[in-house]
Amino acid sequence: MQKNILEYLEATAPRVPDKTAFSTGKESMTFSEVYAQARAIGSHLCREGLYGESVVIFMDKHPRTVTAFWGVIYAGCFYVCLDEKMPRARIDAILENLRPRAVIADKKNIKTAESLALERTFLYDDICGAEIDADALAKVRSRQCDTDAIYVVFTSGSTGVPKGVVACHRSVIDYTETLTKALGFSEDTVFANQTPLYFDAPLKELMPTLKMGATTYFVPRMFFSFPVKLVEYLDTYKINTVCWVVSALTQISSLGALEAHTPKYLTTVAFGSEVFPRKQYDMWRAALPNARFFNLYGPTEATGMSCYWYADRELSEDESIPVGRPFDNTDIILLDADNKRADEGEICIRGTCVTLGYYNAPERTDEAFVQNPLQRAYREIIYRTGDIGRYNEHGELVFVCRKDNQIKHMGHRIELGEIESAAMKQDGVNRAVCVYNKDKKEIVMFYVGESDEKMLMQALASSLPRYMLPANYKHISAIPLTDNGKVDRRSLMVMTE
Amino acid sequence: MEKLLEILAELHPEVDFETTEDLIDDGILDSLDIVSLVAAIDTEFDVTVPAEEIIPENFNSAKALFALITKLDEE
Repeated sequence: MQKNILEYLEATAPRVPDKTAFSTGKESMTFSEVYAQARAIGSHLCREGLYGESVVIFMDKHPRTVTAFWGVIYAGCFYVCLDEKMPRARIDAILENLRPRAVIADKKNIKTAESLALERTFLYDDICGAEIDADALAKVRSRQCDTDAIYVVFTSGSTGVPKGVVACHRSVIDYTETLTKALGFSEDTVFANQTPLYFDAPLKELMPTLKMGATTYFVPRMFFSFPVKLVEYLDTYKINTVCWVVSALTQISSLGALEAHTPKYLTTVAFGSEVFPRKQYDMWRAALPNARFFNLYGPTEATGMSCYWYADRELSEDESIPVGRPFDNTDIILLDADNKRADEGEICIRGTCVTLGYYNAPERTDEAFVQNPLQRAYREIIYRTGDIGRYNEHGELVFVCRKDNQIKHMGHRIELGEIESAAMKQDGVNRAVCVYNKDKKEIVMFYVGESDEKMLMQALASSLPRYMLPANYKHISAIPLTDNGKVDRRSLMVMTE
Repeated sequence: MEKLLEILAELHPEVDFETTEDLIDDGILDSLDIVSLVAAIDTEFDVTVPAEEIIPENFNSAKALFALITKLDEE
């Protein structure tokens, strides 16, 4: 029985030692290099007396960075990735929560890493060639269980204090196996990674790469500003699989690059972390008629993604893209306000994928990670997502809205998402986001597109009940996004004040 | 040019756009800024920037961007 994620690397490195595992395009590392350097780093951390604690990785996105992750796990520790783009206040809040003793940095970030003033600061280049102590690594492994933590990923909490989600080997192995099977990854898969390494999102590429001996390219951030360049990059490295946030895909389609510049090798397009606007999705489907499309859904708290929908049927005109069904070994239950099973209710997740909770935050953990209310006879923890879902006539799970996007306005229960999708069906509206200003009791719609406010208002008046009509319409040039590519509703809310 | 500088200043008030020439290479403008700029150029100058022209060379400085707008306007 596999109990450690490193067993993937240990099986793959001898099988395809000289194959490129990770690359930026310019710089690459083979599986044998990743294996050797990870073991060297692990050995060094052992000699430094680190075990069962967090180690911060302060490095740019690079093959070395993920090698440092595995090195930390070799030492029986868990990694926490920070990045120069993170605001200093956020870094400080994370360190305050984590209280780590050690950090590994690359040359570029070593000065900043030193300024964190941890007990120990290691330069990657100094320790990646350290002497490998096979005995020490074996000893670490023999002490470990598959319930040991391997990473802490910080998500933004609604109070502004980041929450660190702790995941263990067993959850990540479960995710790797079921995701690889559902999406059909193989040794021939060539991934282009888009998501930052300080989230759990890149596990979609990193773990199947280790398991199958596939290859992951880390696309430099700059390319995501320039759609034609991005497509050239995908073609240059014969990328056949992307698992991107929706906004990265719409960046290509909305700037009009997709028709003249269709990625040549792309056969699998998986997307997630927010709702794909239908118009943009249809553009992608039309541009790549032979590719397989997957909608992925899931919170960090349940290890990466929990559900998937394989686009094996045409959607009807006003249908939003379903969330589909849970991965194998994951169960979804919908609970109403009385904690009873319901046809429409809060999406709650059950199974090995449920993570260990929030780091050093027992109260916040207890709010979201709760006893399954459907059975109280023995301890069984489920994760409450705060998302509302329901099943459609195909038996597929559909995302309805965030629990906190469901508002009470003029005595009516309104889902802001419904107003948004009505607006996005109109010509001249590319994106629309509604927020509710509780003080003024007003629904405010922000939209991107060439439509003018009056036209939009008239169009919505003919498709929505009166109480759902926004009081104000604000045209903006782009929807603000959070670090992980989701709509930044908080800054929109500020704009309504 | 002044109108363009105004648009840029709204995105990043801290940057001196008249002298900075590495807006992309230094990571000052991100993908969201590019989308905003393309949209703003469309409304303010009535010029549509085709995908082929959305390349780093055209966005590295206010000067380069203005040259692009002028060129597209003449076409």
